[in-house]
Amino acid sequence: MPQHTSSPRRSPRLPRLLLGALLAGALLPAWAADLRIGLSSDVTSLDPHFVNIAPNIAFSDHIFDTLVKSDAKGKLVPGLAESWRALSPTTWEFKLRQGVVFSDGTPLTAEDVVFSLDRPATIQNSPGPFTSYTNQIVKKEAIDAHTVHLHTASAYGPLPLDLISIYVVSKKAAENATTEDFNTGKALIGTGPFKFAAFRKGESIEVTRNERHWGKRPEWDKVSFRILASGAPRLSALLAGDVDVIENVPAADLARLKTNSQVTLAQHTTWRTLFWQLDQFRDQSPFVTDHAGKPLDKNPLKDLRVRQAISKAINRQALVDRSLEGLAVPASNINAPGIFGYNDAIKVDAYDPEGARKLLAEAGYPDGFSLTIHGTNNRYINDEQVVQTVAQFLNRVGIRTKVDTQPVATYFGKARAHEYSFALLGWGSLAADFTLRSIAGTPNPDTGWGTWNWGKYSNPKVDELVAGALAAVEPAERERLAREAAGVALTDLAVIPSHHQLATWALRKGFAYDGRIDEFTFAHEIRSVR
Amino acid sequence: MTLFLLRRLLQTVNVLFIMSLLVFVGIYAVGNPLDMLVDPQATRADVARVAAALGLDQPVWVQYGRFLANALRGDLGNSFLHGTPALQLILQRLPATLELAVSALLIAVLLGIPLGLWAGLRPDSASGKTIMAGSILGFSLPTFWVGLMLIMVFSVYLGWLPSGGRGPTREVLGMHWSLLGAEGWRHVLLPALNLALFKLALVIRLTQSGTREALLQDYVRFARAKGLAPRRIVGVHVLKNIMIPVITVVGLEFGTLIAFSVVTESIFAWPGIGKLLLDSITLLDRPVVVAYLLLIVLIYTLISLVVDVLYAALDPRVRLAGGQAA
Amino acid sequence: MTGGVSHTDAAGGWRALARAYAGSPLALGGLALLLAIVLAALAAPWIAPQDPYDLARLDIMDSRLPPGSLSADGSLTYLLGTDGQGRDMLSAILYGLRISVAVGFAATLLALALGMSLGLAAGYAGGRTDALVMRAVDIQMSFPAILTAMILLALFGQGTDKIVIALVASQWAYYARTTRGAALVEGRREYIEAARLLGLSTPRILFRHLLPNCLPPLIVVAALQVAAAIALEATLSFLGLGLPVTEPSLGLLIANGFQYLYSGRYWMSVFPGVALLLTIVALNLVADRLREVLNPRLRPQ
Repeated sequence: MPQHTSSPRRSPRLPRLLLGALLAGALLPAWAADLRIGLSSDVTSLDPHFVNIAPNIAFSDHIFDTLVKSDAKGKLVPGLAESWRALSPTTWEFKLRQGVVFSDGTPLTAEDVVFSLDRPATIQNSPGPFTSYTNQIVKKEAIDAHTVHLHTASAYGPLPLDLISIYVVSKKAAENATTEDFNTGKALIGTGPFKFAAFRKGESIEVTRNERHWGKRPEWDKVSFRILASGAPRLSALLAGDVDVIENVPAADLARLKTNSQVTLAQHTTWRTLFWQLDQFRDQSPFVTDHAGKPLDKNPLKDLRVRQAISKAINRQALVDRSLEGLAVPASNINAPGIFGYNDAIKVDAYDPEGARKLLAEAGYPDGFSLTIHGTNNRYINDEQVVQTVAQFLNRVGIRTKVDTQPVATYFGKARAHEYSFALLGWGSLAADFTLRSIAGTPNPDTGWGTWNWGKYSNPKVDELVAGALAAVEPAERERLAREAAGVALTDLAVIPSHHQLATWALRKGFAYDGRIDEFTFAHEIRSVR
Repeated sequence: MTLFLLRRLLQTVNVLFIMSLLVFVGIYAVGNPLDMLVDPQATRADVARVAAALGLDQPVWVQYGRFLANALRGDLGNSFLHGTPALQLILQRLPATLELAVSALLIAVLLGIPLGLWAGLRPDSASGKTIMAGSILGFSLPTFWVGLMLIMVFSVYLGWLPSGGRGPTREVLGMHWSLLGAEGWRHVLLPALNLALFKLALVIRLTQSGTREALLQDYVRFARAKGLAPRRIVGVHVLKNIMIPVITVVGLEFGTLIAFSVVTESIFAWPGIGKLLLDSITLLDRPVVVAYLLLIVLIYTLISLVVDVLYAALDPRVRLAGGQAA
Repeated sequence: MTGGVSHTDAAGGWRALARAYAGSPLALGGLALLLAIVLAALAAPWIAPQDPYDLARLDIMDSRLPPGSLSADGSLTYLLGTDGQGRDMLSAILYGLRISVAVGFAATLLALALGMSLGLAAGYAGGRTDALVMRAVDIQMSFPAILTAMILLALFGQGTDKIVIALVASQWAYYARTTRGAALVEGRREYIEAARLLGLSTPRILFRHLLPNCLPPLIVVAALQVAAAIALEATLSFLGLGLPVTEPSLGLLIANGFQYLYSGRYWMSVFPGVALLLTIVALNLVADRLREVLNPRLRPQ
């Protein structure tokens, strides 16, 4: 029988406890440190290794820790591992922090770490397993209680980055636990800042402070998360005082909230970068025609001058100010500024419709051509508006553009089947070499390269540089190669970068949050202010 | 009667079968859930392993065959996204939707029938005309728009009622119910009103037209001429006449209230099955969608059965299909 | 005694109907409003200040201007303001009216024709036909319109015709159910028995005798359903499943504008909301009056 299940014999003590709590509440109203957060998407499972989707990961971070963590800006910092280094190109050593205990009192050891790295591969029926973060590791060794060696088959630089996604669970609690045991809280034993209290699927989750947590002590005794998926009700819950903090503030309401003295806003540039993928492999692209609707004899999107013309035709500042209501910044890269491998030598293309027309004429399209562009209507900030506005800009330089937007459920499937000619995608990653491998690498399903390269862009130079970066275990060398790869791919306009999204949180007076590049809402980083 | 019930039971089983096939193939055609869920960096081997584990690597008819075999044993499969049995997921949320739908139905009937009667008995009075004009407004405005207006007025500006969610719940019979406490009623009021508005208009109109027709029928005219008390005329003859359309609507609408609570639930963040369905469709969580629809069909055919039996009880001219074997 | 509007003297019947209809000034007002709306919708390309569907004519710098603003190039005054893409709201409403009205009527007529035929057949024939149709009704009515629409959308892509199909697919059952209920009652009345005994053909009995007497409840339902079709289309658009964003219907305009309501930019959803309301109220005033004058038992003595 696990220790944490409460025994019915304890119930007679309950009235006294309640009385005490009431008294404390009456005497110390100012310190009633509860925090209520309105989340914008549903947490589907509390098992930190079940399915790799953002809302689940964001919740796991309250209960569990990872070996390596990323700070609010996306920089890697020590988590449960105090330090790490590559002993050889294929062997990494992680030194665990001393004196860390789980919320049930058992100390953390290298055994728990090895168990946690093994576990994702054992999860059955997960549609989005975490195994892509553990696949590279061919052997795991617990050298002593606080040292772990990880071996990879070949040199693999991003291993520490992969490990920010694998939460360390207690071997004792999770060894024979099912996903359901995590949802009931039975197996939910971690080293993180909070402990599990209650979970009502699709509705709310409650946690209380973990007094045994090794790191900074969070301010809140109790945190409740409410799932408020649609924007308007989420905002009105904040305005009505039902929650203290909300994430993902609806764009249209920002102007009004800025003038509301009861609410403060927190904003942060996020890793999510939006760009256009162009068909660069077909000679006749399905959605590119002449003005009469007949197919062209060649695919203009394959011509660099046409891609440059398109990039110059987009007024990114107007797009960001008008269609996105200031909730983004113009992009020149496919990763946000400050992210590993960001190439600041590449500048945002200036709005130049004249230059665009000239380039189109040079490429043999003085009268432009006709195009249908595709995008989502429920995935990114104002995505439907963005697609229409870009169509406006293209129309002005002679490319007669139509718009087709779809819900993401139908959109991704078609886009991944390469059905579109010109399609919008948003991508969030903490390293440029990773992004480039998926977006601009020559597609090869066996190796996982170019899995989201919808336009099948292919450039041997980019492939070579990205491969070099991924194999570099020395961070400085890896960053140099990643930057160079980004430079080559973007000069060639492998994709046309559009903008980096901002994330916005709204907080009631008295609460403060700095925001995070990964868009997560962490209760342990929310503070009270006077 | 027994024959009739047996036949209906058999028909229901057929309906469930056809329905499951349609939905299964339908969702299959919409898209592949793995496109959205598998990590973008996954290799082909990873994707293949996931597809195999979930049975998604098989052709659709094999998948359906497996589903059917399991369904016959009472297992409708696990949600892709939640990893728990789909049916359990739905049953956990069913009380929330039932509470919402029943509240909405009560509002529609308890307000609609008296208002409709009044308007039908006094068609030329100002009050009667106002009621009918109001009912036109009731179905003129799209549900989502009304919902947002209600939130803006009652939660944001006046601050009287909560903007969404369900309030604290209590566990009875292994399910969580919120209407056992006052807080729950406060939460349900706005969404129930929102959901009820359209049905309210419908009940008012049907009651009104039924009343007017009844008053012109020979037996009512006769009763009036005989000097029967108006109260008794309304109570017995008129009410009986309007019961058939009203029961049809109430019966039909209850099924649709449950099925179409999607919009209200998503606006008011009401954690019911409508919202679960919408999320599951968005993420192509097929087991949940299929289980949801099967459950709705089941509930619906049961209600339809009850409506038919009531028809027969109320109107002797209607015979039950089973008793009429040609 | 055969019920319904006498069909022996068609011309006289129409005149009598018109005279009966004109008895209510309110209903006449509704008819005038409905005609004005339909005319405005038909004439939209000639009376709208701007072609709101031509992306080349829109200017993002004119987006979200309040009513009465002048466009950036000074060529146009936006009487009802602009939307998030810089579309003139007045033009967008006129064009949107056209789409909404067309979608609403087309869907209702098709659904009515389909549902009525099946409902009549079911109610009159009974037995196996009845069971088959009613089980199909059950399936349809428990199949959320959203899912029907989403599947159609995925298979065929977005568009006006797809939304009409989706609306018909989700509404025919209502008429079938209502017609069948009425036919069940009417079918047992003496005049139908008499027609049967006279040896009239089944279609003749169905459409000349049974149908006119089932009509009053159907007209009530149809009037409600035109409105419902328009609202359902709006809801589907609200959920991102409806019409293409570049060619917004009234419903889509409301949906697009509603996110700005909180920030005080009311014109983007209030004006199309008013247009929608007027359309539906006019429709219902007309239908309501028609129901009264068509119903043999309600006709003025």
